[in-house]
Amino acid sequence: MYTQALDLPPAPEDKGTVRLAHTAPDHAHLQAAFDRRIDADGRIEPQDWMPEAYRKTLVRQISQHAHSEIVGMLPEGNWISRAPSLKRKSILIAKVQDEAGHGLYLYSAAETLGTSRDEMLAALHSGKAKYSSIFNYPTLSWADVGVIGWLVDGAAIMNQIPLCRCSYGPYARAMVRVCKEESFHQRQGYEALLSMMKGTAEQRALVQDAVNRWWWKCLAMFGPPDDQSPNSAQGMRWGIKRISNDELRQKFVDATVPQAELLGVTLPDPDLKWNDARQHYDYGAIDWDEFWATVNGNGPCNKERLATRVKAWNDGQWLRDAALAHARKETQRTMQEAA
Amino acid sequence: MSTTTPPALKEWPLWEVFVRSKQGLEHKHCGSLHASDAQHALQMARDVYTRRQEGVSIWVVPSATITASEPDDKAELFDPAASKIYRHPTFYVLPDEVGHM
Repeated sequence: MYTQALDLPPAPEDKGTVRLAHTAPDHAHLQAAFDRRIDADGRIEPQDWMPEAYRKTLVRQISQHAHSEIVGMLPEGNWISRAPSLKRKSILIAKVQDEAGHGLYLYSAAETLGTSRDEMLAALHSGKAKYSSIFNYPTLSWADVGVIGWLVDGAAIMNQIPLCRCSYGPYARAMVRVCKEESFHQRQGYEALLSMMKGTAEQRALVQDAVNRWWWKCLAMFGPPDDQSPNSAQGMRWGIKRISNDELRQKFVDATVPQAELLGVTLPDPDLKWNDARQHYDYGAIDWDEFWATVNGNGPCNKERLATRVKAWNDGQWLRDAALAHARKETQRTMQEAA
Repeated sequence: MSTTTPPALKEWPLWEVFVRSKQGLEHKHCGSLHASDAQHALQMARDVYTRRQEGVSIWVVPSATITASEPDDKAELFDPAASKIYRHPTFYVLPDEVGHM
């Protein structure tokens, strides 16, 4: 991830970027060079010229992605104090810390496009920016933590792997790092569920109940069907999106069905069956009205999640201020000693 | 001693993080982060970029102090080397009898 500082005009005291003497090429020429690079599957880096719409799309997508990682800590964080063993607690803390890390990689990547961290956080806290709707559902039992790892992170991995080849370099590099760590998230979730399935009938029932509640939400995570996803084509053209929503969803279903069989749970879809002609699993209709209601703020936990996040930010203000005050004092002390 | 006070900062400043993955290898740029000062940046870098023993040493550098070349200058800076193929060992055709050289 390169930095925002390289992308902004240098402040007078900064060295900034050094421009050799030449005349700036005109806009059409720049656009043509950009298109050629995209067509050749090349990468765009922060200092490169890019169309405003490309920049805006990336800022929106990367910051929403970052917000999702940050808000994603909340439903699972609720279970840290109630984890069934020290082992599971340590794993969950490590996972939640990873989500924080992923948020930070992504905010850094977005900042290279010339937006500030504070601007992005303000957009999240005011409700202007979205985050993944999946986190607006409650985690009712310990089995939910396992199911989030297995299915929610599993779906996220499907989405994120193609982003490692995204045309925007800093985003792609952040995603490589995220994907490496995400595999632990999915495996720990599946393993936790395997242990529960070896337990009592009541534990198995908890797992099945959690799967029933999360399955359809996970399918919706891939976004609207291709024919109702107006921005997909532009995203594909720009090399930001590599694989369509429906294609990713199908890959996820195909990968998950055998895992569910091995685990010993059923997926709550009577229409789910192998289609020999397509060589894929067919699945039933997704409730998009419910999805859009949640996206638009009316899910079961939208208000609670945002309020928790805003409170955490506000409660931490004194600490951020104190750290800055301390840094300034240290600088002044050093200057005084030098004088 | 300077009488001017530093400008009010809302955000912690930005730092670039370089990590040496193991002894004997160079530090490599791995990302950036916000921190109040250098010491704080080192601690943050430990948590953000080395949760799985990815490094044995960390450098942090204030992002604003980095001087970078302009993308527009790429051709001017780097293309002249393209024609100087005699700088590569493969340019020289030697008899087989010479063996490995």
